[in-house]
Amino acid sequence: MSRLVVEQPGALALVEDLGRAGFAHLGVSRSGALDRGAAKLANRLVGNPDGHAVLEVLVGGFRARFEDAETWFAVAGGWGPVALDGRPVAPYAAARARAGSVLDLGAAERGIRYVLAVRGGIDEPTVLGSRSRDTLAALGPEPVTPGRVLAIGAEPAASVPLIDQDAAFPPASGAVTLALLPGPRADWFTDASRRALFDTPWRVSERADRVGVRLVGAPLTRRVEGELASEATVPGSIQVAGDGQPTILLADGPVTGGYPVIAIVTPAALDAVAQVRPGQEVRFRHA
Amino acid sequence: MSRRLLPSGETAVLVECDDLDEVLALHDALVADRRPGVIELVPAARTVLVGVDPDVLPLESAITWIRRVPPASPAAAAPADADAATIPVVYDGDDLAATAHLLGISTEALVAAHRAAAWRVAFAGFAPGFGYLVCDDWPYMVPRLDAPRTRVPAGSVALAGAFAGVYPRQSPGGWRLIGRTDAVLWDAQADPPALLTPGRRVRFEVAA
Repeated sequence: MSRLVVEQPGALALVEDLGRAGFAHLGVSRSGALDRGAAKLANRLVGNPDGHAVLEVLVGGFRARFEDAETWFAVAGGWGPVALDGRPVAPYAAARARAGSVLDLGAAERGIRYVLAVRGGIDEPTVLGSRSRDTLAALGPEPVTPGRVLAIGAEPAASVPLIDQDAAFPPASGAVTLALLPGPRADWFTDASRRALFDTPWRVSERADRVGVRLVGAPLTRRVEGELASEATVPGSIQVAGDGQPTILLADGPVTGGYPVIAIVTPAALDAVAQVRPGQEVRFRHA
Repeated sequence: MSRRLLPSGETAVLVECDDLDEVLALHDALVADRRPGVIELVPAARTVLVGVDPDVLPLESAITWIRRVPPASPAAAAPADADAATIPVVYDGDDLAATAHLLGISTEALVAAHRAAAWRVAFAGFAPGFGYLVCDDWPYMVPRLDAPRTRVPAGSVALAGAFAGVYPRQSPGGWRLIGRTDAVLWDAQADPPALLTPGRRVRFEVAA
């Protein structure tokens, strides 16, 4: 059984799979890889089932050593310099590391979250059926610290497949356009603000993490005043705080929220939200 | 009973009720008649979120189910007291005296009322295993602290608004603390992991 020894985790390295749906009624969010498409892709590239645990590496500056045995791996999501023993590795493709090889993920040039899958998956203990780290509830494997040894699971049945890597696209570097569905409290906002959500540009603020991405733009104004009794939200919900600024709630977002949700980012577009950077422009369109 | 269905994405719908009693009744009804493909049933103060796996239960079918679900039988709606959670409490919370004073009653009267009340878990939130407890006969509205504590110890028994609650673990919090318990509110390895699941009856008693 091979292992991955993380020498430098970079800004934040977390073990994630596709999350733990079904526990929201107990106050537990779905969590899981923010860029679900990237997690599935990276797993498929090395022949894993979609739901195997991967490492989600924020920004880069990550270095890890493969130990004990030859291991296939693949990097998806964030797009940047990936090197094995100092030699460049093609992104979005399976590659083979020898025992002792060192993998470096440099600063991402496009997107902000790398997904590193290893053949066999990261084998950490499960919590409520998932290996995902929930940063808000502090559930699941602890954030990876220097020197952490991660076990790698058993070889999956499927072989490493030949996949046309042209099918995968790196994250957008310019403005990102996201498709929106109506939110449960759209009617709490003025008609002008409901139009402005789609017609005006938004900018990703510094307050962007796995809980939510706060946007900055012309404030949205409400038609209905008063407090909303807290209600359940889903990942992608765009809640609007009292100052009129919207926040896109993500996988680790609270199960319930007391701010009205004006619209909901489609699941397909949510992967793009996982890759936006502070300062990047966001526009919305109707799904 | 009026049920207003509000959109909540491709795989969920938010059902709005007139009040918490209707939420509890609808939640009971949906639990009693649960269909394959229902992934989440999340009650809150005025709403129930129904989340589905659309490959098993298309959202349109779920909406039809929600509109037609029969009321739960009284037996199902009021599970036997045998299933009730009993939580032993040491009533020595930092806010106990001040809270009783705010309500214009004695400390003893507040403790007695808290113990006598037949609580029920209305919904969860805030943190894993944090249940919002309600009781039809509980007459008190308790204002939150003006300045929330940055650190509330695990097991703190607290009041806020019309709700009672217990902090499953150390966290920030603005509820008023009236006591503490050794009861395990959250154990991720247990099934279910939370002691206080929506719909469950709860009694507080003086710790031995």
